[in-house]
Amino acid sequence: MSISRGTRVVLTIFAIIAFGFIYVPLGVILINSFSTDKSLTWPPSGFTTEWWGKAAESESVREALLTSIGIAIAATLVALVLGTLLAFALGRYRFFGRESISLLVVLPIALPGIVTGIALNNVFTSFLGGLTIYTLIIGHGTFCIVVVYNNVIARIRRMGGSVEEASADLGANGWRTFVYVTFPLMRSALIAGAILAFGLSFDEIIVTTFTAGPGITTLPIWIYQNLFRPNQAPIVNVVAAALVLVSILPIYIAQRFSNADERGGGLI
Amino acid sequence: MWANRGERILFRDRLPSAVRILNQGVTYAMPEPSVAIRLRGLTRRFGDVVAVNGVDLDVLDGEFLTLLGPSGSGKTTVLRMIAGFERPDDGTIELAGVDVTRVPPYARDVNTVFQDYALFPHMTVQKNIEYGLKVKKVPSAERKARALAALESVRLGAYGDRSPSQLSGGQRQRVALARALVNRPKVLLLDEPLGALDLKLREQMQVELKEIQREVGITFVFVTHDQDEALTMSDRIAVFNEGGIAQLGTPTDVYEHPATAFVAGFVGTSNLLEGVAAEAVLGRPGTWSVRPEKIRVVGVDAVPNDGEHAVRGTVREVVYVGMSTRFVVDLAVGGSLMAVQQNSEMSTDLGHLRGQQVQLVWDARHEYKVAD
Repeated sequence: MSISRGTRVVLTIFAIIAFGFIYVPLGVILINSFSTDKSLTWPPSGFTTEWWGKAAESESVREALLTSIGIAIAATLVALVLGTLLAFALGRYRFFGRESISLLVVLPIALPGIVTGIALNNVFTSFLGGLTIYTLIIGHGTFCIVVVYNNVIARIRRMGGSVEEASADLGANGWRTFVYVTFPLMRSALIAGAILAFGLSFDEIIVTTFTAGPGITTLPIWIYQNLFRPNQAPIVNVVAAALVLVSILPIYIAQRFSNADERGGGLI
Repeated sequence: MWANRGERILFRDRLPSAVRILNQGVTYAMPEPSVAIRLRGLTRRFGDVVAVNGVDLDVLDGEFLTLLGPSGSGKTTVLRMIAGFERPDDGTIELAGVDVTRVPPYARDVNTVFQDYALFPHMTVQKNIEYGLKVKKVPSAERKARALAALESVRLGAYGDRSPSQLSGGQRQRVALARALVNRPKVLLLDEPLGALDLKLREQMQVELKEIQREVGITFVFVTHDQDEALTMSDRIAVFNEGGIAQLGTPTDVYEHPATAFVAGFVGTSNLLEGVAAEAVLGRPGTWSVRPEKIRVVGVDAVPNDGEHAVRGTVREVVYVGMSTRFVVDLAVGGSLMAVQQNSEMSTDLGHLRGQQVQLVWDARHEYKVAD
C-alpha cells in the first residue's frame, strides 16, 4: 500500500506521541531513582545511588518480591495445566456447549478486575472460610488461564491434526505421538503462555487486593502502600525502575518464541 | 529432476533389493493371498450425513487402485478408514485376510501419504523419514542407512539435513513418499498427494509414482478427483458418487463403457443423447453416451457408412485447444453433443464453421447405454 507524504508525516508524528506517552514516564522513573530529591520533583537536583542501596537492603521489599514471585509461579503452573487441557478439549473435539465454554474461558480477561475481585472475595469469605495465599493463587489463576489457553489453542489450530495422524500412521501410539510430535510442537506456545501468565500475575493489584489473605503483601501492593508514605517515594522509584528492567527480558523472550513459530521452526 | 533418465535407471537398479526385503515381512494367514484389502459393507455417518454407504471393495495385491470422485463422494473417508483414522459405523476392513476394523492406525501395516504431506516441522528431512523406523525400534545404523537410501530413491539425497520448511512443494511431496515407503508397508495409501503441485510437476509425478509402484510391487490406493490422473495411473478405478461406488473397472472400462450417466460425465466429457433425441437418432429410448473423439464432423451432404449413426445440427461453438478442436453442436432434434477432432491437418482454423449446418457421424458400436 502506498501512503501519501502528508499522511506519512502525520502518522509518524502520532506514532512518536504515542510512544512518548508510554516510554517517557518509564524513563522519568529510571532517572528519578537516581535523584537526590526525597519527593517526586523535576528536574532532579543531583545524582545518587543511595536509594538503590536502601531498596536492596529493605526487608519488606525483598519479602514482597519473593511473595510475588511465589504466587506468580503457582498461578502460572495452575494456568499451564488447566489452560492446556481446556485448549485441547476445545480445539480438538466437537461437543455440545463448546462455543459457550470457549467464551466463558476467555471472559475473565475482559471482565473488570474489580468485578472478578469482589465476586471471588464474596465466595471465598462466605463459603470457603476466608482469604489465604491459596485464594490469591486461585484469583490470579482465573486470568492466567486465559493467556495460556489462547497461546495453546492458536497453536493447535495452526498445527492441524494431520501431523499426529502421520505419527500414528508411522506406528507411534498415543503416548509416543505426544512425546515425539505433539509436545515438541506445543513447547514454545507453552513457554510463551507461561511467561505472559507470570507477567500478568506478577503485577496484578486489583484482584490481589480482594483475594489476598491478611498479611500477604505482593510487590505491587507494597508499592501502592509505600508510594505516598513520607520518604519512601525514592525507594518506590527504585523498585519500579528495577521492575521495568526485569520485565523487558521475559517479554522479549516470549516474542522471540512466537516469532520463531511463525517461521514454522520452533527453536526449542 | 524426475525426468532425468540416467538417475532413474540407477533407482531401478536398487529396487530389487527393496522388493526382496519387502517379501521377508510378516506373513499373515492368508485365505486368499491375492486380496490385499477387503472392504465389506463399509459405512460411515457424520451426523445425519451418510458419507460412505455400504461399500464393498477388493483391492488386489500389487494393484494400483484409484478412488475417483468429486469432493464429498466418500472416497477420502474410505481411505481414512483403511488407514484407521476413522472408525466405520458398520462393515469390516481386512488387510491381507486379517480383520483390522478395530485395530488402531499405529498397529496397521499400511502407510499414508497425506494431502498436506504432514511432515513434522520440528524435525529434519532425515529425521522425518527415520520416524517410522525409530518408533519400531530399528537400530540406529540401519535406520540411517535405510532413510538415506529412501531419500536417494526420491532424488533428495543431499537434503537430509534440511528442515521441511526449506523445501519446495514437490520436494516435500517426495519426502512424504519416502517417509511412507521406507517402512515397506503392505499397502500405501495416497490422499490426493499431487493436488498441490503445478501441472507439469504433477504430470511428471504421475509417471514416477506409477513406475515406483510397479517396481516395488506395493499395493497403492490412490485418492483423487482428477479423472486424467486416475486414467493415467490406475490398474483399476473405483468411481465414487454419493458415498458408494458407481463403477469399478479398468481405465478403459470406465471411460469406454461408463455404467451410469454420472460416470460418463465425471470421467471424460458428459456427452449424452437422452429422451426424444435418442429416440429420433438411434430409434431406441434411454440415455446413451458417445465420447466426443468418436464423433466426426462432416458436411450435411455426406452419407454415413453402414453401421454408423448420423445427426444434423448447428455448430454453436468452435474451440481451438492446440492438439485438437472442440465443436459444440446443437442438434436439430434437441440437445447438444460435443465432438473433438485432431488437428492433424496443416490448416486447422475452423472458426468459420460457427453457425454452420453440419452432420455428426459415429460408429454405432461407440454408443453406450448408461443407467440414469
